[in-house]
Amino acid sequence: MRLESPAYTLGFTTVVCVVCSLLVAGSNVLLKDRQEVNRLVYLQKNLLQASGLVQPGEKIPDQKALEIYRSRIEPRLVNLQSGEYETGMDPARYDQRRARGDPRQSREAPPNPASVRRIPDVAKVYLVKDGDEYSQIVIPVEGLGLYGTLYGYLALERDTTTIRGLSFYENRETPGLGAEVDNPQWKLLWPGRKAYGDDWKPRISLVKGGAGPATEDPYHVDAVAGATMTSNGVTRMLQFWLDELGFGPYLRKVRERGGP
Amino acid sequence: MALFDKHKRAALFDPLLANNPIGLQMLGICSALAVTTRMDKALVMSVSLTTVAALASLAVSLIRKFTPSSVRIIVQLAIISSLVIVVDQVLKAYLYEISIELSVFVGLIITNCIVLGRTEGFAMQNPPLISLLDGIGNGLGYSLVLLTVGFIRELFGTGRVFGFQALPLVSEGGWFYPNSMFLLAPAAFFIIGVLIWFLRTWKPEQQEEN
Repeated sequence: MRLESPAYTLGFTTVVCVVCSLLVAGSNVLLKDRQEVNRLVYLQKNLLQASGLVQPGEKIPDQKALEIYRSRIEPRLVNLQSGEYETGMDPARYDQRRARGDPRQSREAPPNPASVRRIPDVAKVYLVKDGDEYSQIVIPVEGLGLYGTLYGYLALERDTTTIRGLSFYENRETPGLGAEVDNPQWKLLWPGRKAYGDDWKPRISLVKGGAGPATEDPYHVDAVAGATMTSNGVTRMLQFWLDELGFGPYLRKVRERGGP
Repeated sequence: MALFDKHKRAALFDPLLANNPIGLQMLGICSALAVTTRMDKALVMSVSLTTVAALASLAVSLIRKFTPSSVRIIVQLAIISSLVIVVDQVLKAYLYEISIELSVFVGLIITNCIVLGRTEGFAMQNPPLISLLDGIGNGLGYSLVLLTVGFIRELFGTGRVFGFQALPLVSEGGWFYPNSMFLLAPAAFFIIGVLIWFLRTWKPEQQEEN
């Protein structure tokens, strides 16, 4: 058969495609487990960074991160509407992203500036243990940036308003601009800011043109340079998850009880 | 004594200085700007690109006599993309954090003109072994520039080399003021420009005629 005949060309490309797809699929199947473990460790490292147990930008071995995580972090499940702990379920087995997509475990969100479409009935929170007592509450936050959803952790002190840190573990923003939410220097601007105003309404926001130090200008953080849309997205998602539809009821209960 | 004959040696070593893909052909500039803020990122990117360029050239050369010329470009792209996906999977499995920092740039090796340029321009006409060497050589030429730029940017931008503090910072009691301008993309442009200037002063035959 001639090299240029349509039948040969079709046959040849088919063979190339099959071989290539076997290669791609094979590598994915072989490496999937390792990747999954890496992803979990990465999430845990991010949580540790948000809570300041590991400094942003600090590199620590996976094993050490796991140890700190196991000894200091206690995941809990919270009913977002009542603000009470959900004790009947195992936090380790609960997949919040899956629950959010499941109509039986979530509800549609009313239109909101953060573009959050569905709210899960039950959400995961992480308590940070300091000896016998809990010193911090870490809440997961998510919301739309410029190109996609950002996922991260916001760590609050026992007073539920003083911020310990913020860390995003997943974003699709522009490298060098919006993706600088990952920049350790930017993360270091967060500790000490206040999430809520005196009326306990969410007040934290990102501002252009420079926020003062946390002690003088507690409700503002420098926006990410060159990334207005991403910065607005971060402001909106924090305000959403701190408010009544998010963790507002839970955090109020924490304040009433005097601790998590 | 010589492992390879003159042509094979040329295929392997010419792309380092005499015919550098970035320095002479101005290919692969995009990723050279993006991933050179730190040496470790530049190194992982270099190894990834060299692997893809080498294996793609080898594979394309092996099937070059059976490839209908009407579909040769898309066949080359299918091979390159598959290799890039495999490399990306391996990075996610073994170097997860760096792979996250490199983000889209590993995937963008698919569109890196060095790889397609070598498969189409060289491997389609040459036997497998020399094509493999040519792919490795061009990957190394790219790596040489990336690592040089990465070294300059990391050293002057943060005072570090491969993440280790080489110059003591003023903020930690030393004498070195880091210049964060080096960490911005335009700085890489200037550094590559200066490198090319040096290269062409040293080897005037690389200068273009007006």
